[in-house]
Amino acid sequence: MNLLTRLHKMPFWSWLWFILGALYFLLPLLATFEFSISWDPADPLKAYTRVFADKDFWETFMYSNLLAVATILVNVILIVPTAYWIRLRVPEARRLVEFITLLPFVVPAIILVFGLIGVYSSPFKVPFTELTFLEPLTTFKFGTNILIVAGYMVLAMPYMYRSVDTGMRTVDVRTLTEAAQSLGANWFTIITRVILPNVRAALLSGALLTFAIVVGEVTLASFLGVDAFGPYLFLLGQHRAYEPAALSFFSFLLTWVAMGLIQLFTGGQGQAAGAH
Amino acid sequence: MASTSLSTQKVSVSTSSSSTGWRKWIGVIPFFLFALFFMILPSARLLTGSFFNSEGQFTFHNYQELFTVPTIVNAYKLSIQISAVTAIGGGILGFLLAYAVTVGGLPKSMRPILITFSGVASNFAGVPLAFAFVATLGRVGFVTTVLKEVFHVDIYAAGFSLYTFIGLGLTYMYFQFPLMVLIMAPALDGLRREWREAAENLGANTFQYWTRVAMPILLPSILGAMILLFGNAFGAYATAYALTGGRLEIVTIQIGAQIRGDVFHNPGLGYAMAMGMVVIMAVSLAAYSWLQSKTERWLK
Repeated sequence: MNLLTRLHKMPFWSWLWFILGALYFLLPLLATFEFSISWDPADPLKAYTRVFADKDFWETFMYSNLLAVATILVNVILIVPTAYWIRLRVPEARRLVEFITLLPFVVPAIILVFGLIGVYSSPFKVPFTELTFLEPLTTFKFGTNILIVAGYMVLAMPYMYRSVDTGMRTVDVRTLTEAAQSLGANWFTIITRVILPNVRAALLSGALLTFAIVVGEVTLASFLGVDAFGPYLFLLGQHRAYEPAALSFFSFLLTWVAMGLIQLFTGGQGQAAGAH
Repeated sequence: MASTSLSTQKVSVSTSSSSTGWRKWIGVIPFFLFALFFMILPSARLLTGSFFNSEGQFTFHNYQELFTVPTIVNAYKLSIQISAVTAIGGGILGFLLAYAVTVGGLPKSMRPILITFSGVASNFAGVPLAFAFVATLGRVGFVTTVLKEVFHVDIYAAGFSLYTFIGLGLTYMYFQFPLMVLIMAPALDGLRREWREAAENLGANTFQYWTRVAMPILLPSILGAMILLFGNAFGAYATAYALTGGRLEIVTIQIGAQIRGDVFHNPGLGYAMAMGMVVIMAVSLAAYSWLQSKTERWLK
């Protein structure tokens, strides 16, 4: 009782927890940074210059960024019309769709890639014949790219759907649609010129979160055998010491930038939600 | 006569509503197709595969082996232990931090800092996180060295190793407690000032307020959040693999080895292990949403 009374009266405890959390958060970063600059005392940035001069780094990093962009684009094309249609026409589908978007929480990346390999490493046959209408996706480059983007879309689905759905909650989709229709707009125009701009902030936060998940993702990338940034960093860590530390610190900064931008773009929205 | 006309009317109404009912689903078909090909089919493949042995015969044997083969049983135990420990540890630290910045009396400016930091840390997992902890608590890590040289405590001589249960637990904590902060901060905001005033007007002290009012309201969301943390750690693969190189045999590591090269010499057993994980994750998600529905009564 005494303890809890003090817990409330004195921010001392609050400060203690805060400092403890801050230490837990900052020490590994400090340690990583310290290690990354300790290669050569005469040239503290040696690990960074070495890594950024590596052709493989740029190739894998650019490829991962490309995967992230593809994931975000296809996810937006898939999710925005779906969420819109559910709000407008089939509210009874909401629970089912929400349930499906939550599946990635039940099926983690390692299980997802296991299942994807299980399905798509054998050819698709026309039932009851020997005719193949789809070669195994895992055997050619374009096929693997389809698989990995689809896998990343699944992993990012809960975040993307949730931000789009929250974004649509704040605008009156029905009235906007009726207004646009009475002005003669077709469905494509409504979605691209009316709905999309209205959920821009939500899309941006979903996109940045997707970006943070995809660049550096290693489970799907390594099992599907693509030369992405995650597997590159992992391999680098097997036989080098300082460069991986430099890249880990760099990845952390990237995550920071993504999260900082989310905070920036949704800051106003978050406050509005809190005021309700 | 009257009954016939009534029934024909009913039929015509139901046919017209079913035709628009069918057409209005068109807009969600692409989504369901995507879900079918990349979520449902892969899961179904694991499910059906788990019921066949290496000779292609139907069997329940794979599921029996989940509970009898010692390496598999131990892997599940280890995974459940590490997830539970980091969920509880991360849950407590995360709650205290969320408490500190919401109702704990810290300056208002601390809150956005903590929330942004938590957003970063909860997404900072996998290979970079493992490397960061090697640089921190590895044999020549920063904290290890400081403890040794400044405080004369040699943690490795005392039996600590980053590449064991406790090391992996400490590493998981890095993304666990920030997630707890992100979930609990809004829940703690939901505690209304009026409830506290009402309790005080009725003569309650702080202890009574917390045990009789605040905690009963918060408990479902605390438990629910901890269950989410449990699932978060249970499904983790990359962090553990990058840190221990597969030496610490948790379930995801074993499944990874099975995907690489059928270490069980029985694909069905690998699928059954995957299904075992899915069941545990599904149960925790169901428990979470049940607790969530209990929370929503008080906290929006």
